[in-house]
Formats: sequence, structure tokens, C-alpha cells
Amino acid sequence: MATTSQAQFNANLKRYYSFYTGGFVAFVVFVGILEWFGVPNKILGYIFLFATIMLYAGIGFMSKTSEVSEYYVAGRRVPALFNGMATGSDWMSAASFIGMAGTLYLTGYDGLAFIMGWTGGYCLVALLLAPYLRKFGQFTIPDFLGARYGGHAPRLIGVFAAVLVSFVYVVAQIYGVGLITSRFTGLEFAVGVFVGLAGILVCSFLGGMKAVTWTQVAQYIILIVAYMIPVVWLSMIHTGTPIPQITAYTTVLPKVTALEKEFNDKATPKGAAEETVRAIFRERSAAADARLKGLEAGGAGYLTEQKKALEDKVAALKADAAPDAKAIEAAEKAAKDYPTDPAAAKAQWTKDKSGAAARAGAVKSHAEPFAAKDEKARDIAKKNFLVLVFCLMVGTAALPHILMRFYTTPSVQEARRSVFWSLFFIFLLYFTAPALAILVKYEIYGSLVGTSFAQLPAWVSNWAAVDKTLMAIADINKDGIVQLAEIVIGGDLIVLATPEIAGLPYVISGLVAAGGLAAALSTADGLLLTIANALSHDVYYKVIDPNAPTTRRIAVSKGLLLVVAVIAAYVTSMKPGDILFLVGAAFSLAGSAFFPSLVLGIFWKRANKLGAILGMTVGLGVCMYYMIQTYPFFGINAPRWWDIAPIGAGVFGITAGFIALIVGTLISPAPSKEVQELVDHVRYPNLEGDIDTRAA
Amino acid sequence: MQLTEKHKEYWQRNLKLTGILLAIWFVATFVVSWYARELNEIIIIGPVGFYMGAQGALIIYVLIIWFYARYMNNLDKEYGVHEGEEQ
Repeated sequence: MATTSQAQFNANLKRYYSFYTGGFVAFVVFVGILEWFGVPNKILGYIFLFATIMLYAGIGFMSKTSEVSEYYVAGRRVPALFNGMATGSDWMSAASFIGMAGTLYLTGYDGLAFIMGWTGGYCLVALLLAPYLRKFGQFTIPDFLGARYGGHAPRLIGVFAAVLVSFVYVVAQIYGVGLITSRFTGLEFAVGVFVGLAGILVCSFLGGMKAVTWTQVAQYIILIVAYMIPVVWLSMIHTGTPIPQITAYTTVLPKVTALEKEFNDKATPKGAAEETVRAIFRERSAAADARLKGLEAGGAGYLTEQKKALEDKVAALKADAAPDAKAIEAAEKAAKDYPTDPAAAKAQWTKDKSGAAARAGAVKSHAEPFAAKDEKARDIAKKNFLVLVFCLMVGTAALPHILMRFYTTPSVQEARRSVFWSLFFIFLLYFTAPALAILVKYEIYGSLVGTSFAQLPAWVSNWAAVDKTLMAIADINKDGIVQLAEIVIGGDLIVLATPEIAGLPYVISGLVAAGGLAAALSTADGLLLTIANALSHDVYYKVIDPNAPTTRRIAVSKGLLLVVAVIAAYVTSMKPGDILFLVGAAFSLAGSAFFPSLVLGIFWKRANKLGAILGMTVGLGVCMYYMIQTYPFFGINAPRWWDIAPIGAGVFGITAGFIALIVGTLISPAPSKEVQELVDHVRYPNLEGDIDTRAA
Repeated sequence: MQLTEKHKEYWQRNLKLTGILLAIWFVATFVVSWYARELNEIIIIGPVGFYMGAQGALIIYVLIIWFYARYMNNLDKEYGVHEGEEQ
């Protein structure tokens, strides 16, 4: 199969990607020169978007293949270093690239659950799964379940879980793609989704895993460069050193903490100014509460009464001897917007009340873990933090699109090394994100707060004009000076606005958008391929038609890829639910369905078919049951078990899965000798007289 | 395929190493987070509780995986279960 030796192949790869990186830097410089000559920003945005998508399409086209092992596992010759990069970009989604630093900005310590969870899970991958799966050496995760536990049932449950998990996750990714394309090109969100989809398909459609792998390596390079440049520059500005990962903690964090104390201390001038704004929000919250109480007492009658009062006020203003046009307009708007439906009124006012109450509160300390009002609330916060970390870690070690990547290395040894490189490349971004959050926080607390509204920095007014959900700023207490309580920031702003905050040219903003797009596209690619492979390989080839010729197997996979992609894009364009919850749900579901049966399948020879079937169904069932019962979207809102939030449903699912697997195994006979030999086979990288499970 | 004593010893050593590294992983993640409020009283680089979550734990994870790959790849050779140069 191989026309060149592995060593030659590796050397060539290094050369190609060095050229590629050089070429990409030259491209960025070229766009920078265009900007210098006055090409408008919108055009630069288009250039970045289309140039990178064309690039991915080019790699996808060059890697087109019709060979089964190339299509499913990239020919099993991806060296550890490159598999690490590919896994890195497969792993880091739009949520990591754009959302992570923002989450940390908004939640401080408590957001670190994502940082730890999404990196620590690789310890489980490395120690418990990757080398053994590589030795097993087939194409998909259900393949392993099918061979280890025997029969079609474990395989098909595995397919169901893999499709469910990947689909939930891919919707979140395509959402990210749509968001970035629409923001940087001005296209409609739904159009942006389908443009992005085209970008996803050109990579995976022609060349399957082979094309996806080499595009993902290219995408990793873009995303890491795009993430690092603005952060390093911002660090240079604030601390004079280019290592934000250290200076953020040694020099910037103490300043942020000091400012937080000042804002919360009414005796200082800044604290007093904050207090005037908070007082206004307390009043608003109380007013909303009063309206809610009135509604509860008077029902619909209260609404008509109040609306009437507002209309009377309009009439009175109009009848005035010297009518004030502005006041009339405001009064008319108030009367017109006044809710008439009691349910709508209740929802609106409840939101007003809690929104105002939140802004009336004190500044949360960035470094303080589990901040809450009393000891009991702190314990609940701590418990949920640990549970979330656990679910994210175990989920990481059970996501089929990640585990599949370790089938692609040339050997078990390379698989082990490759997990190291994967985590290393992921680590580069994840240990920068908390530092970025601190740097931006300092910029806002230290510089933006206290400036006059007449002289807002350009980036603030720009973003406030583009999107109110990302940046909203208003002079609430009319003193002409910005107070912290007058600013509302959306998490996604942090990464998107960093280049402007650091005073870098627009070309870097375009680069960041290209990086975000690369992150979202690469993850979506891996996920779509996982779904299509599970259906074509595990259902069609292994169950329906085991004699299907190669060409037909690949054709079926490509057809399915197209169908799944279109369905996913359609679901996304309807904007379902909260992205962070979707992502969290995918991890809990994956952990509950796969982790017990994969790990015990390797480490416990006795584990058998009945155990695996019970373990997977019970695990997945408990996890889904708890989510449906407690997540507000489903409208049941049952009481929580031990105060665990719905995003941590996996902790129950995983535990239940392990128990069910063990019980199911012990009440039925031990697996056959062949299966026990298979377990020995995956445990040793090389055995004499070994069986061969490798797929052609 | 018959496993020799040597093979069993290899697997035992693998299990032992896996157990030790998982214990380190567990302490760095869950025990440290459990005491995060208390650890924040100590300042090394930054408040220790916060710093461990933001960076310290991550560095430990990378080291765990690096050590495991190195150790196991040597162990394979020591016990003669390493792969030949197939490709």
C-alpha cells in the first residue's frame, strides 16, 4: 500500500507543513498590506473567509481517496506529532476558541471546570484507552464493542449512542460556524450556516478521514497562531513581557483583585460611584417586583388598569398647553409596549427583576472559588464544580470522534506518544485562555471604568454598535463617567475584541475570525465523519450487507455524510437551545454510554455481552432521564438529585452504567475463550502467535 | 497463544503504573479543587487554589501522559512485546 517508507513520509510531511505555515504567514502579511493601502474591513473579512475555505478545499481535494483504510483511518500512517495536531483541532471547537476565555471572564474560578475537564480527560484517554484501541486496530468505536462483547446488540447500541452524542455536538459546532460567518461577512445567520457547511463538506466528502486529518493539521496551525498573537501583544502592553501565562498571575491578577475590592467598598470614590448605579438597579428590581405582585393580586384586570393609566398619561401630555414632543413619544411607546397578556407580562417582569438584581450585586472576585452567599450555597457550588469536571473528563475519554483518531497512528507506541502531543497542543490554548481573561478584565476594570462617556475607546463603541448582546454600555446614573455596573459584556466578546483592545490592525481581527472558523469547521468535520462512518460501516456493512464491495461502502458513507450534514444544518438554522448546555450534554451522554463498557472491556476479562448491553442502556437511560427531568428546556423541572445541575447528569449515568455492567456480567456466564484472547491481544502491543484483529 | 509469567509481570507493572498515575491525576484535580478556597490563602505565582485550576493541574496532566508514553514504550522493549518496524 505504502509507496514511500514511513520515515520518508514523515520527512515530507514536515516539509509540506513548514512551507504551508510560511505561506500562511506571508498571506497574513499580504492582507495586512492591503489594509494599509486602505482596502475596507469588510473586504478583508471576505478574503480571510474564502481564502481559508479554499485552502481546506484544496487539501481535501488533494487527499481524495477511494481506498477503505484511507477513507476510514487515513491509511494508519499519521505520525504522533501530526495526529496530535489533528486531534487538537478536532477537539477544540468554537466553544473553546471563542467562548472559553469569555466564560472565564464572566465566572472567574468556577469557569475553570471547563479548563480542567477538557484537558484532564486526556489522562484517561492515554492511560485507559488509546494504546489498547490502537492495538485492536479497526475502524470505529462500535467495532470494538461488537468484537469485544459479541453479537450485533452491543454494536448497535454503540452506533445509536455515537450518533446521538455526535449529532448534539455537531449542532453546537455548526451554530458556531454560522455565527462567525454572519458576523464577519454580514450574511444572514441561516445563510452563514450553509456557507460554513459547504466548507465542512469539501474537507470530508472527498477524502474521508485522510482528508479530514490533513485539513485538521492545517486548521490547528491557523487557530493557534490566531489565538496567540493578540494575547502575547496584550501582555506586552500591560506587563512588558511576552509571556502572559506567567505575568497574568504575578502582576495583573493582584491589580484586578485590588480593583474588585475598591469597587465593592463604598468608602472609596470608585466604590461610591458604583453604589449610585447599584441603587438605581435595586430600585428597578423593586419596581419590577411590585408590578409582579400587582399582577398576582389583580390578574388581567391589573394589566388593563395600568395600560389605561399610561394611555391617560399620553392624553394628558398631549392636552398640555406646551406639548413636549419627546415626552409624548416616550409615553406613547411605554403605553404601546405595555404587555396585555398576563403570562407574557409575568415572564418579562421576572426577567427584568432578576436582571436588575444581578446588576445591583457586588463585583464577584475573579480568583475566589465557589463564591456564594453562605456556607450551604458554597458547598452546592463546590459539589457542582467537581461533578462538572468529572463529567467533562470522562466524557472526553468517551467521545467517539476523539477516540477514533487513535486508530490512525502507525503503531501502539505512536498512539501513546500521540496522546501526549494531542494534550500538549490543546494545552497551549487552554493555559493561555485564563491568562487572557485576566488581562482583558484588567483592561476593563482599570482603563474602561472611570473614563468619560464622551471619550470611549474605539473598540467599545464599535462593538456596542455591532451587537448589543456582546457589549452594552449606558450611563445609568448620568454622571458622564463609566462605572462597572453600567457595562454588560457577552462572553464571546473577549476573544473577538482582544486584537482591538491591544490596538492591533484589523488584519489580526480577520485572523482571529479565521481561527474561530478553523476551530468550528475542524470539529464539525470529525463529528460528521463519525456519524457517517458509524452508520455506513457499523450498520450497513457489518449488519445489513457484509458482502458489500468496497466502492459501495464508501459511496454509502459519502451519501450519508451529505444527508447528515444537511439535517444538522437544518436543525442548527432553527437555533435550538443554549450552546454551552448542548456541548455539556454531549459529554455527559458520551461518558454514560461508552466509558464503562470501553474501560471494563479492556481491564476486566470477565465483562460480557449482557453486562455491556445493560451497562450502556442503563447508563445512557439514567443520564437522559435526569436531563429531561431537570433541564428547564423540557419544562418538567423536577427536583434535583443532591442539588446537581442538569449539565452534570453524567455523574449519575456513568455510575449507573458501571453498576449495571458489573451486575449484568456477574449474573451471566463468562465470555468465550476467543473473547478472552482478544482482551490479551489488545493488552500487549506484540505477542507471539497472536491473533490478528486488524481490519484491511 | 499462551501467556508466560513474564507477560503477566508486564501487565502487572502496567497496571501499577496506571494506578499510580491515576492517583496523581485524582489528587491534582479533585483533592486540590476540593480545598481550593483554603489553598487560595497561599500565594505562589498566584493564589494557589486558582493557579492550580488555571495552569498547575494542566501541566501535571501533560507530564503524566509524557511519562506514561516514555515508560511504557521502554517497558515494551524490556519485556519483548514491542512492535517490529512493520511499515
